[in-house]
Amino acid sequence: MLEVSQLGKTYGEGENATHAIGSISFGIEEKEFVCVVGPSGCGKTTLLKCMSGLLEPSTGSTALKGRTVDGPPPEMALVFQEYSRSLLPWMSVRGNVTLPLRHKKLGKGETARLVEEAVEAVGLAAFIDRYPWELSGGMQQRVAIARALAYQPEILLMDEPFASVDAQTRGDLEDLVLQVREQFGVTVLFVTHDIDESVYLADRIVVLTPSPTEVREVLTVDLPHPRDQVDTKELPEFARLRAHVYRLIKREQSGGEEDATTGGRAGGERTDRDRVRG
Amino acid sequence: MRRHLAIALEIAVPIALLVIWGVWSASGDTFYFPPLTDILQKFQELWLFDRVGSDVLPSLQRLFLGYLIACAVAVAIGIPLGLNPLLRRATSPIVEFLRAIPPPALLPFAIVVLGVGNAGKVFLIAFVCVWPVLLNTIDGVTGIDPTLRETARSYGVSGRDRLLRIVLPAASPQIFAGMRTSLSLALILMVISEMVASTNGIGFFVLQSQRSFAIPEMWAGILLLGLLGYALNLIFLLVERRVLAWHRGARASALG
Amino acid sequence: MAVACALALWEAAVRSRALSDTSFPPMTETVAELGRQLGTGAFWTALLNTLEGWALGLGLAILLAVPAGILVGSSRLAYRALRVPIEFLRPIPSVALIPLAVLVYGTGLESKVFLAVFASFWPLFVQTMYGVQDVDPVVTDTARSFGLGRFERIWRIRLPAAVPYIATGVRISSAVALILAVTAELVIGSAGLGRSISVAQSGGAIDVMYALIIATGILGWLLNILATSGERRVLHWHPSQRELPA
Repeated sequence: MLEVSQLGKTYGEGENATHAIGSISFGIEEKEFVCVVGPSGCGKTTLLKCMSGLLEPSTGSTALKGRTVDGPPPEMALVFQEYSRSLLPWMSVRGNVTLPLRHKKLGKGETARLVEEAVEAVGLAAFIDRYPWELSGGMQQRVAIARALAYQPEILLMDEPFASVDAQTRGDLEDLVLQVREQFGVTVLFVTHDIDESVYLADRIVVLTPSPTEVREVLTVDLPHPRDQVDTKELPEFARLRAHVYRLIKREQSGGEEDATTGGRAGGERTDRDRVRG
Repeated sequence: MRRHLAIALEIAVPIALLVIWGVWSASGDTFYFPPLTDILQKFQELWLFDRVGSDVLPSLQRLFLGYLIACAVAVAIGIPLGLNPLLRRATSPIVEFLRAIPPPALLPFAIVVLGVGNAGKVFLIAFVCVWPVLLNTIDGVTGIDPTLRETARSYGVSGRDRLLRIVLPAASPQIFAGMRTSLSLALILMVISEMVASTNGIGFFVLQSQRSFAIPEMWAGILLLGLLGYALNLIFLLVERRVLAWHRGARASALG
Repeated sequence: MAVACALALWEAAVRSRALSDTSFPPMTETVAELGRQLGTGAFWTALLNTLEGWALGLGLAILLAVPAGILVGSSRLAYRALRVPIEFLRPIPSVALIPLAVLVYGTGLESKVFLAVFASFWPLFVQTMYGVQDVDPVVTDTARSFGLGRFERIWRIRLPAAVPYIATGVRISSAVALILAVTAELVIGSAGLGRSISVAQSGGAIDVMYALIIATGILGWLLNILATSGERRVLHWHPSQRELPA
């Protein structure tokens, strides 16, 4: 559904050029939940901005359902990390969620219905007429998610959305995202630096290298659904995957992984593209 | 204990100052500083409500007309300038020069071009009051959070919606700051223009009184101007508080 | 480049009679007149008179406003006590006092300076006061816990923190002082550019008037640049500078 081909981004010229992204290629299937993890500063946000059409890549391209992305496509919705700066303080929750729908010309009744459904789905129905600054950080992020959902995207791009939220709230929000994915049937691309989070949420994980960033490995996560904050994290498979990703990122893995994995590519080889499921 | 002292002082000091003024002016026989009681009496005679129609209303009319024109023009020009860096750089030298001209120097210009009627005064007020609002509008627009802009882009919010629901509200705190400065400028210019080229108005009245040595009347006029300045500022703050209620809330929560 | 365009537009507009040529002289003539003025002694005398009023007004305002601002800003009690009178006196348009100034000081330099000082005192005073008050209470508490006395706290902590605000205040007050100086010249007739402009206007010498207005504008612009660059130099180490609506 979404195809990233040899995406690269360089800032500056000549000697002082910063290669934020070297060359990244991977694909996402419909209804998949893909997490992108990498060490700090490896250009994850830049990658997301290029993929969503907010930034123009230096090389390569992104294709959404076959069409190249050269500007924010209407099938895509973005959720940023800094929720407090992406919500409009002069509008209520309802106003904020409604705004992107205004140009879709769906008619008042339909728009209102979508808005109320989305706000209800994130559990904020009682706060729909409040203002963002009256809500806690976690609730504000929910509003941002509701806004993305009401937009009826086919794919949701999330840039470290829970990094600025406290740990307990983070757990609730993670479960919310999973539930929402079930309910609305969206594809999700989730960028994070939190390894536990990535393993917990993902169907597949794309691990990035430090800059110039490339794809280190793509793993399949075969943990059972529905995921649970306690039960899933007690599974040995969870620990194994977590350790694997951790080591990849810490670059301590020597070539060759002993145990047979359920579908993940082993070793320190860089894989350009991995669509094969176990 | 200190809190109570502070509150007591807040109330006592202004009263004390007034009393001192009253006593000092009543006792001395300086011609230029008549007794406070005389001034207050004249004040009541003139402004409640004898000369309101002949002087106060024309003054206020010019003031508000010039001020509102200035704000409208400034915001209308400021937003495109704020959004377009090329345009901004191109017009910047002209703006910088025009705003640096001391307003009184423009009064003769206004007189020559528009005559000594209302048009000249309103033009002067409008021309000078444009600059603070314009510059603040530009600053407000360029200072919009990039995250906000990216959010708008990613959701395809554009055109009228972007302008009215994102750019304008986001810049409005800054615009209001400019409008506040312009308000006090408008008052000053109203007075100057009336002193130089007018046959009615509060400014005219005050100067006339001085020239005909009607000193208590002069002071009554000065007092009125002071009260006007205070009242306008207060009204502005009240309006700002209502319109920007969201802003105070957001800042308060941001600061913890 | 835009300046050149604007000037050309002006010239074209007058030459083509789009703007009536009794009230708008052609640009070329105005510029020529300006050049001529720069050669006359009268012009420079007037300029110096204006500058004199400005400098004295600003200087006295600084001498009065900064210490007053520091004193009132550093004492919560003083601030609370004087807050109401200040809020009443601040909005008084200084020009309202022109007749009073004429009565007491006549029509010369003293009137001009009195008005300039009264007007430029307030922005500077308020800015200084806010600057002194704006110190992070954590910093002052730390200083107190280290045993710094009251005066030392003012001198070493509040004052340096207030400097950027004071610089901004000086910039604002400088503009205000110039405005009042020219106003006094215009309205009262004190010697200076303002009076020259008024004389030119009432005498019908329109191109002289325009030339002088432009000259005054250039003066204002230069003084503004002076004040802004001074402010910037003081501010260049400061992480943020908040300008309060004066």
